[in-house]
Amino acid sequence: MDRLTIAITGMNARPDNPGPGLAVAKCLREVPDNQYKIIGLSYDALDAGLYLTQYTDHAYLIPYPSSGENALIERMQYINDQHNIDVLIPCLDAELPNFVRMQPLLKDMGIKTFLPDQTQLRYRNKDVLPELAGHADIQCPEIKSITSTRFFEDCEENDWEFPFVVKGIFYDAQIVHNPIEASKAFNRIAAQWGLPVLIQRFIKGEEYNLTAVGDGEGNLINPVMMKKMALTDKGKAWAGVSINDHTLLEASCKLVAQIKWRGPLEVEVMKDPDGQYQLIEINPRFPAWIYLSAGVGKNLPECLVKLALGQTVNNIEKSDVGKIFIRYAEEHIISISDFEAIVMQGHNV
Amino acid sequence: MQQEASNQSLNHISPPDILTLKRLAISESGFIFDPETGHSFSVNESGMFILQALQQSHTPEEILQSIVDTYEISSRDAERDLMEYIGLLRKQLQGMQQ
Repeated sequence: MDRLTIAITGMNARPDNPGPGLAVAKCLREVPDNQYKIIGLSYDALDAGLYLTQYTDHAYLIPYPSSGENALIERMQYINDQHNIDVLIPCLDAELPNFVRMQPLLKDMGIKTFLPDQTQLRYRNKDVLPELAGHADIQCPEIKSITSTRFFEDCEENDWEFPFVVKGIFYDAQIVHNPIEASKAFNRIAAQWGLPVLIQRFIKGEEYNLTAVGDGEGNLINPVMMKKMALTDKGKAWAGVSINDHTLLEASCKLVAQIKWRGPLEVEVMKDPDGQYQLIEINPRFPAWIYLSAGVGKNLPECLVKLALGQTVNNIEKSDVGKIFIRYAEEHIISISDFEAIVMQGHNV
Repeated sequence: MQQEASNQSLNHISPPDILTLKRLAISESGFIFDPETGHSFSVNESGMFILQALQQSHTPEEILQSIVDTYEISSRDAERDLMEYIGLLRKQLQGMQQ
């Protein structure tokens, strides 16, 4: 039987803030009978996933989202000519708008996806999140778009007292405690992710996350919940435990039902000191901790592939709680010729 | 008389929330895991004895009697320790809920 070819983006694996791609590939590698040929797609020649042949059969560089849609289409066409991609799983926030717009073209190339449409994607944008949270009966800290560091000069007089969170429109967040720190964070985030920059009221508490796949008809498929046990300096989990939190599940079901979400997602909430849940973000992709889904018996990337292929996916009722993941960094040795192939040819050999 | 007065104070102790207690996974080693919040903590042998009894909806009076029957300890000491332990446990579980 021919193996299905699955292309996955986000193959970087930086220890403090890894992309989800490698974990998605790792989940698919756990599917019995080695059913999938995996193509790793990456933006940087030093992304480890390009060289980890135990998880990827082939690896290619693709142009950064800022290069525009045409460059990406051309590259995808080339890679597809080499490998006949069956399913594409984008894993990074910043690339999602391009891939969502490209869905009809990808379909024409024979590449299936299971992604939201542009409207659904906008509904969960960070700057309009409070509105969506209101429909799902979950609280959400106030968010404001700003375009200049001048905001920080008198923000406390305008009811924005420190600390609060400075966030990128797609990614990144930093808690800031004074105008100097806030301006630095603003400039760093604006340089990387563009304007506007968002500020969000700071919620003290513990973070709980849920990942699942929305079936596009308002249902949440195979939710997996996790409490972070230890964080990196960037607030990313390096250890977490699977849990079964009814309130988080109920809120997530309502959110997904409200926008009929189609595709993978991650819901991030904070439980404040009063025990209230506050919606922090909805990410339109699998999280970097997605390997936990395979660990608890709900291999979500496999579910996504099946849904993309139009197959039926069973909702697994049993949730395996008390599974812990611990992330670690590892050195991978490659030869200069491996690196050369990626830099010069854009793919491994 | 002293015993009566003492049991009255035991009667006034409110045990931890039973729904929270019921969902706790208690391992033989004394490792306790809350599958809803992800929190974990550990207890010693007598702590586990009390926790399991509370989980089975025994009243503080019944637990006191079991402690006196099981361990070589006076009723007065057992009651003091039990009250203190239940208070600590309630605080621990409330903290886990927040």
